[in-house]
Amino acid sequence: MNPLTTPTLPRAQRPTRRRPARRITAARIGIYAFLFIAALFFLAPLYVMVVTSLKPMDEIRQGLLFGLPQDITFEPWRVAWSEVCTGVSCEGIRTGFWNSVAIVVPSVIFPILIGAVNGYALSFWRSRSADWLFAMLLLGAFIPAQVMIYPLVKVLAAAHLFSSLPGIVVIHIIFSMPVMTLLFRNYYASLPQELFKAARVDGGGFWRIFFQLMLPMSTPIIIVGAIMQVTGVWNDYILGLVFAGRENLPMTVQLNNVINTTTGERLYNVNMAATIITSMVPLLVYFVSGRWFVRGIAAGAVKG
Amino acid sequence: MSGVNVKNLCIRFGSNAVIENLNLEVRSGEFLVLLGPSGCGKSTLLHSIAGLIDVSDGIIEIAGNDVTFAEPSERGIGMVFQSYALYPTMTVERNMSFGLRVNGTPKAEIEQRVHRAAKMLQLDSLLQRKPSQLSGGQRQRVAIGRALVRDADVFLLDEPLSNLDAKLRTELRRELKLLHKSLGSTMIYVTHDQVEAMTLATRVVVMRSGKIQQIGAPVEVYEQPENLFVAGFLGAPGMNFMKGTVSVAGAAVRFVSSHADIALLASTFKSESLTNEKREAVLGVRPEDVRIHGAGEWSGTVQLVEPMGNHRVVWIDWSGVTLSAVLHDEQDVWVDSAIRFSFDLRRISCFDQATEQRL
Repeated sequence: MNPLTTPTLPRAQRPTRRRPARRITAARIGIYAFLFIAALFFLAPLYVMVVTSLKPMDEIRQGLLFGLPQDITFEPWRVAWSEVCTGVSCEGIRTGFWNSVAIVVPSVIFPILIGAVNGYALSFWRSRSADWLFAMLLLGAFIPAQVMIYPLVKVLAAAHLFSSLPGIVVIHIIFSMPVMTLLFRNYYASLPQELFKAARVDGGGFWRIFFQLMLPMSTPIIIVGAIMQVTGVWNDYILGLVFAGRENLPMTVQLNNVINTTTGERLYNVNMAATIITSMVPLLVYFVSGRWFVRGIAAGAVKG
Repeated sequence: MSGVNVKNLCIRFGSNAVIENLNLEVRSGEFLVLLGPSGCGKSTLLHSIAGLIDVSDGIIEIAGNDVTFAEPSERGIGMVFQSYALYPTMTVERNMSFGLRVNGTPKAEIEQRVHRAAKMLQLDSLLQRKPSQLSGGQRQRVAIGRALVRDADVFLLDEPLSNLDAKLRTELRRELKLLHKSLGSTMIYVTHDQVEAMTLATRVVVMRSGKIQQIGAPVEVYEQPENLFVAGFLGAPGMNFMKGTVSVAGAAVRFVSSHADIALLASTFKSESLTNEKREAVLGVRPEDVRIHGAGEWSGTVQLVEPMGNHRVVWIDWSGVTLSAVLHDEQDVWVDSAIRFSFDLRRISCFDQATEQRL
């Protein structure tokens, strides 16, 4: 057909008509196949865990790992929560759950507050040694925690904090400092310097500018920091095992005890239920805040 | 008495001296504009007066008090920033009252001062809004209001209109000038925009690389530029420059270049420049002083005509030298046609080629 005789469409409609149809290419099939397999790879264990935790032991003994439960029971969940033996005591993993909560709450609040003050001081009240201090702090992020465990045990013991709730909280504060500081420093560095200068002309001092101006503007990055701290501290095993002490063992350590206790028959359904309960908190955090979490990773990684 | 006195000011960042031995006296009630290209140190100077940059050496006095090491809030200044720098989490009212709340002013007085400033700037109806709900012009008004409520002796304005569009800029410029008229307080205003400088200033300070090039009333700086830099920086289109030699014989001064021999008026020269020696010089003629008329002394070809609404800019090719001329009348000027023109010799500037200083 001659293009000149073709009735012309209204301009606004043209682009939608001309947009190339999404073609199915080999590459696209490959990508989807890979994504599907990857999803399967991560979902299969979760499926097995959920299914197994809802089966009575008789059914589990039949060995049908992927089979749906014939006779759904929530008994393993009850046992896992309040009856299963975690080492010597048999009160379920609820003690561990509440221990973890007791550790996580201060280990989220304090690192965020201190990290925010650090980042604020580093980006606005630049002293001569600010860059140097920041470099030192970042260096801390690259040293593996294991290297510092023994010296820290000695230090905490000397301060009479070893094997106590304050002790483990202090440890979490220390290890979170580089990342929290980096997070807040980068966030504050992206704010206009003139804002801070205006507040200085208005007579604001260090703390007033921090609490009345900077902190109220920090909601997004506080959320990011909270997510990182909740998941990080909740998933911690080694630090809790070493520093928390018998009375305050976090849930991860108690879960390990549940699963490794070998007296009589292995209660797979109870183990599965206990594991799911333990991972519930970080899972929930990811689901509720995935968008923020990605933003936080980007904020921490892109700007140096 | 609320002038500002800067004596022997030095500001260095590491080994890099931004301002070296600068002296400046700002008179009480004056609207002083610091003008210069970006990176000339004008903002640095303003921020050091505000106390936001540490001074390496020298003294800064505001209203007769030595404030060189005083906190910004103790200097009796109000400041307006280019990016407005409004506190995003606070309403307009709280933005304006922040400084007063910090220094513990009684509530009733805060309210009274905020409302007075809001009324002056027509912000009455916006007091409960957040900065994000305001337009650019409104934001800058709030920023000005925040400086106003402080009842400062001296207002420091750091390119306050640069982020606004052309129309708003003209509007707010006029408002600023009226505000200065009604308040009568000292204002120091930084800009790289010569139109703002010309229209607002009582006196203009032209700066380049940390040094003051010339201080004077806008007309004086425009018509009697002290050196080549000032001459070239002010005016749009810029001043026309021609290289040549200047020689003095008695009362007659001649400028000779490759294609012109012009008899200049001795009265446009400084008396100390009228010596007998021959000098390499640069002749400067403002575009409006290039007169296009049939009886003109010189002839050239029209390269381009730019209509600007109320005037036209005519670009003339004068045997290799490009001249711009501003034309206010209706006469016909055709591109590529020959044209005759002359210079208004009373309004000419001449500079030494080597020192770039006015002769």
